[in-house]
Amino acid sequence: MSRTHTPVVEQWFTGDGDGFTLLGTRCAACASVFFPREDSHCRNPGCPGGDLEEVPLSRRGRVWSYTDSRYRPPSPYVTDPELPWQPYALIAVELLNERMVVLGQAVPGVTVADLAVGMEVEVVRGVLHEDAERVWTTWQWRPTGETV
Amino acid sequence: MTAEVAVLGAGMHPWGKWGRSFVAYGSAAARAALADAGLEWRQVDSVVGADTVRGGYPGYVAGATFAKALGWQGARVASVYAACASGAQAVNTARTQILAGLAEVVLVVGADAAPKGFFRPAGGDRPDDPDWLRFRVLGATNPTYFGLYARRRMAVHGDTPEDFAQVKVKNAAQGALNPYARYRNRVTAEEVAASAIVADPLRLLDICATSDGGAALVLCSMEFARRHGVGDPVRIRAVSTVTPRYPNTVLDLPDIATDSAATVEPAGETFRASIARAAYEEAAIGPEDLSLAEVYDLSTALELQWYEDLGLCGEGEAVKLLREGATALGGRIPVNASGGLASFGEAVPAQAIAQVCELTWQLRGDAGARQVAGAQVGITANQGLFGHGSAVIAAR
Ligand SMILES: [Zn+2]
Repeated sequence: MSRTHTPVVEQWFTGDGDGFTLLGTRCAACASVFFPREDSHCRNPGCPGGDLEEVPLSRRGRVWSYTDSRYRPPSPYVTDPELPWQPYALIAVELLNERMVVLGQAVPGVTVADLAVGMEVEVVRGVLHEDAERVWTTWQWRPTGETV
Repeated sequence: MTAEVAVLGAGMHPWGKWGRSFVAYGSAAARAALADAGLEWRQVDSVVGADTVRGGYPGYVAGATFAKALGWQGARVASVYAACASGAQAVNTARTQILAGLAEVVLVVGADAAPKGFFRPAGGDRPDDPDWLRFRVLGATNPTYFGLYARRRMAVHGDTPEDFAQVKVKNAAQGALNPYARYRNRVTAEEVAASAIVADPLRLLDICATSDGGAALVLCSMEFARRHGVGDPVRIRAVSTVTPRYPNTVLDLPDIATDSAATVEPAGETFRASIARAAYEEAAIGPEDLSLAEVYDLSTALELQWYEDLGLCGEGEAVKLLREGATALGGRIPVNASGGLASFGEAVPAQAIAQVCELTWQLRGDAGARQVAGAQVGITANQGLFGHGSAVIAAR
């Protein structure tokens, strides 16, 4: 029986492969972009407020900073306490068009030793964790290997 | 310039892991502050509690909890919460009541009993709570944010892990002189380097622990202080409680992303710099007037960031200031003479009040072995989760 792929948060990302993107919203009045998505009202204090439309965010950006989690994070982060803890890297990525920084996990296997501030990365679909019924999906950052 | 209020008394319960309720720590600190002020509890017109989210319902109504523990006497009550900035909000609430003429003497109390390990969000599924989301989606603990800021400083300013370790060495040496500190041992750079990495590049000894503790202040009008026989009290000259301005371009706890700066140009200063500027403007002083500063060193690298945000040095020059010894006891502008969070560990609602306790003792010349010679003006600074600025300026 195949398990359902379920996004860890609904409507924060969409697609697969090269078509995978984070989803934000954009104010029709002032063009401000929000991620996590803002669906009730534009947060620009100088804007009277406009319709908020869903927009994909840039797929590529540059590493603003990075770190890792050497100890098991507490719940609601889901881990298997039976298994030894495997640290993973976290990357804060600057999206140049949106002029914003978005945090995410690195793809499995990429450690802090592989990263540098300014390096180009792209967003890909990843698996956060799996249980009996579902595969919980998330976004992850992967170095493109291209020098910027 | 805003009118001043007097600090008549300061008191603390020692920081540590004592296994008691936050009510016990807060009540002990309150009694110590009242004794220091030479006042009876029944002379207090109003009590302001800084809340804790870790003590159940009594923690959410901290002002009333402490008032009951001290013995109901009819005082006006308020309880405030602003994460790490709760203490400064409590001080400001007290100050506002005094300046508005609603109360002459106000007791400010904050205390916490911290859990073991990482702070974690409240229970339940709450996908619209950014604090819950960062744990659920990213496993992003507080130290991972500190790690991001530290790595950014290394890339932009050339700071090194050895520089960060020197902050711990300095603060541990100062905390060793403070009877209220939890950690009273000196620490060497080698010991920092030998401690485990928690969130690269930061190690266990770069990151503050979580502690039990309690702190209290007795604030009053200048007129009451004079009547009480204190002609030259420590005075609170400014309390900054500002919020960020859109777009906020620094990735702050507990956010997953910054605001977008694509359509609205950000302000020329960061949120943290604006916290200090608001305090300086209110007190009509500048960083050159300071004798000492107490800053929120959640990590060693964050203490360096505060040097720049407070204007103690230019951007990128914090390590130079540290290495010159300017921020150590005996230097030009000692920072965290108390030992800071490095020596205390964080007791969230008590911490910003404890910072003002330290300023009070320093400005009165009562700080013992860690006294900053000739202290005249001091600033405290911190930042609470979810956009709470906090800075207090006190003077003698
Ligand atoms: Zn708008």
